[in-house]
Amino acid sequence: MPEKTDLSRRGFLKGTGAAAGFIIAGGGILAAGAAGAAADAAHDSNGEKTCGPFRGRMFFTDSLEFQTISEAAERIFPKDKNGPGAIELAVPYFIDNQLAAGFGYNAREYTMGPYYKGAPTQGYQGAMVRRDVFRRGIAALNREANTRYKSDFPDLTDSQKDDVLRVFEAGKADFDGVSSAWFFGLLKSAVLAGVYADPIYSGNNDMQGWIMKRYPGAQMSYKAIIKDAEFQEIEPMSLADMQ
Amino acid sequence: MAKVLKKVDVVTAGVGFAGGIVAAECAKAGLSVVGLERGEKRGLADFQEIHDEWRYAVNYGLMQDLSKETVTFRNDRSMKALPMRRLGSFLLGDGLGGSGVHWNGMEFRFFPYDFEIKTMTEKRYGNKLSKDYLIRDWGLTYDELEPYYDRFEKITAVSGSDSNPMEGKRANPYPLPPLADTPILQKFGSAAKSLKCHPYILPAAIASEPYVNPDGERLNPCQYCGYCERFGCEYNSKASPVNTVIPTALKTGRYELRCNCNVVEVLKKGGKATGLRYIDTLTMEEYIQPAEIVVLSSFVMNNAKLLMVSGIGEQYNPATGRGTLGKNYCYQITPATTGFFDKEMNVFAGAGALGIGIDDYNADYFDHSNLDFIHGALISLLQTGKRPIESNAVPAGTPGWGAKFKEASLYNFNRSLSVSAQGASMPHKENYLSLDDTYKDAYGLPLLRMTYNFTDQDRALFRFITSKTEAIVRAMGAKSVSSKPDSRNYNIVPYQTTHNTGGTIMGAEPGGSVVNTYAQHWDMDNLFVIGAGNFPHNSGRNPTGTVGALSYRCAEGIIKYGSKGGSLV
Ligand SMILES: Cc1cc2nc3c(=O)[nH]c(=O)nc-3n(C[C@H](O)[C@H](O)[C@H](O)COP(=O)(O)OP(=O)(O)OC[C@H]3O[C@@H](n4cnc5c(N)ncnc54)[C@H](O)[C@@H]3O)c2cc1C
Ligand code: SF4
Repeated sequence: MPEKTDLSRRGFLKGTGAAAGFIIAGGGILAAGAAGAAADAAHDSNGEKTCGPFRGRMFFTDSLEFQTISEAAERIFPKDKNGPGAIELAVPYFIDNQLAAGFGYNAREYTMGPYYKGAPTQGYQGAMVRRDVFRRGIAALNREANTRYKSDFPDLTDSQKDDVLRVFEAGKADFDGVSSAWFFGLLKSAVLAGVYADPIYSGNNDMQGWIMKRYPGAQMSYKAIIKDAEFQEIEPMSLADMQ
Repeated sequence: MAKVLKKVDVVTAGVGFAGGIVAAECAKAGLSVVGLERGEKRGLADFQEIHDEWRYAVNYGLMQDLSKETVTFRNDRSMKALPMRRLGSFLLGDGLGGSGVHWNGMEFRFFPYDFEIKTMTEKRYGNKLSKDYLIRDWGLTYDELEPYYDRFEKITAVSGSDSNPMEGKRANPYPLPPLADTPILQKFGSAAKSLKCHPYILPAAIASEPYVNPDGERLNPCQYCGYCERFGCEYNSKASPVNTVIPTALKTGRYELRCNCNVVEVLKKGGKATGLRYIDTLTMEEYIQPAEIVVLSSFVMNNAKLLMVSGIGEQYNPATGRGTLGKNYCYQITPATTGFFDKEMNVFAGAGALGIGIDDYNADYFDHSNLDFIHGALISLLQTGKRPIESNAVPAGTPGWGAKFKEASLYNFNRSLSVSAQGASMPHKENYLSLDDTYKDAYGLPLLRMTYNFTDQDRALFRFITSKTEAIVRAMGAKSVSSKPDSRNYNIVPYQTTHNTGGTIMGAEPGGSVVNTYAQHWDMDNLFVIGAGNFPHNSGRNPTGTVGALSYRCAEGIIKYGSKGGSLV
């Protein structure tokens, strides 16, 4: 990566200070959606301060890692005419925050050795927990990007990014410990979770994932409509609305 | 040193439906009962913010903590068994009420055919399966179990319709009318009828109307909230041990419930069980609970494991065919077809057991003369309420990610329906449970080892049933359909079903089984081992109706044993 881009990205993030949490810089593009929505949510229509979703990084320390995962997530679930993509939906924050928590440590899974490769029917048998797999996977994405295109992953064109991801999906970019296909599967399912999990987990910004899917969220009851033949459009509701 | 506690009449290891039923009946009959449950105490107050797919459906919030204990698995004896590191294929219960808290609530009876499967199959078809399949009669007929089914249905508020012609005879109608007949269910109903099948609304342990059960426990009408299976019910509509049998037991004043207590051994002396040794999972302190009667009600896996680690009974050995403990482990096959439709439907609304199905291809209700398998499957459409993280079906040929995937998964979310099946599973000599020789749980005990693979019978049944699910989905008017591929080998990763059975099977005589038809251990008459582990094979229907019925029968046996002693048969 050229020194200049590197510096400007870092400088930009540094310059915005505490607000860095709201900014997802990917290839130099500021994702206004999540940032703006997050800022809005902190004030109600009368300008009164309410409790808003202050998003921030809890796991990734190096911005390149965060940008890489952001850009990969965006290619898996891109912004299009249907609505926002992974970045605007704040999926990267969802992933980051989850990796910092029990999910990242495989807290409720059996992690004791000894470790053997095993058959596919026996499931994941590696010694690494998810936070390790993600960091290795991100490093491998950048390695593959640099081998092919002499740039870090976030600086590739969309079609170059897709090429790299396809190599991973096919399991052809093996890195130590797990197959790249397995990492890709993990990444894809984490992205979908970030798009559609309740916004209390920092993704699915403003319930936009649910709105696109015409899913009403955490409603209390459908007794009134269960027999209706016509599709019911119901304004979505989050667990946060119940607090 | 383990602290020895005051002796009680009955102690149970595990408090799900099985342990809860035994506790309620024994305590009502005047016995003192202690329930030891390894997981957390939980109830209605814990379910008020339960509509969280990520926490409960994807990350198994209510289920077994595998960092403490799991099973190891291999497809056959030549493989090294390795730990199931994350839940997947089946979702083991943990915490008060066990899986009964987060089940779907489809409450079925097994078929008369199931109980006499060997006799009836041989009578009609001769020796159809090779001798590697260990099918056997259960030692108990449907008619003998009928009153206990009836009892469990009344306790759990089963809402159902009496319109299924392919079933054993019922002495009484269902306690409540069926759940809502929705436009989605009607789509399946018309399609099935057009194919000359006999659809019926599935029986559900979910109250369709306000209900008070014979023990005085109250259940409220279902709200079709769509967060049902894998979740606890925040309305007390879905029957679970925590809103039925456990409060019934507690009301007597003779039941003491202890959570966070992991049982590690059945203690024994002179051919009798003397109590249970357990570890407080929070303090890691060790206790001994002495009891006159010991009951294992810790589900298929740990019922087998606790007998194995305590050295009770003879371990089954597939090489010699000797031993009974661990044999006849069965599962199910789960074919399915998804159809993609034009019109959006209210797929987000539903309940775990809101569904419609047919038994035209189940049990022996169709002629198997020219087929290379026995038994069959329930084919059904469940309107459980679709949730967005895990429902991303796209028509065949759509890429798995990127813009095209996004577009198709959004478009089809409210436009796709699945017809799925649960196919019966026949015991095979190579499918069994034993102790692992490498991996240990958090308390130092070996993990249970599962050696399991699908058999030719399973594969043939899978293909046959898939042709039926496909025909129904097409008759429902789907634009395109896609069916689950037949997997040659059983894979422990993708979710299939938590209908594990066998390992501690029942029978009429001691030679080939672990317990008698009261779930009383053949070698130790004050030890009862109750659960789906008692099934000699698995049917093409959900198991818990039969677990509940057998648990009521077991409780009756325990009470009888409590006053008279000796073998119950
Ligand atoms: C998602 C899901 C959906 C299901 N849907 C249906 C359905 O629709 N219809 C149906 O018929 N069945 C269904 N089932 C299966 C059903 O839940 C079980 O058959 C039933 O709950 C079994 O009851 P049980 O009491 O035998 O075991 P469990 O409910 O598993 O209870 C056993 C208890 O023992 C405890 N325990 C285990 N080991 C120990 C130990 N060493 N010490 C102390 N305690 C221990 C466990 O924590 C648990 O609480 C479903 C299961 C799942 C997971
Ligand atoms: S769907 Fe009905 S039974 Fe199931 S959790 Fe919701 S209200 Fe309870």
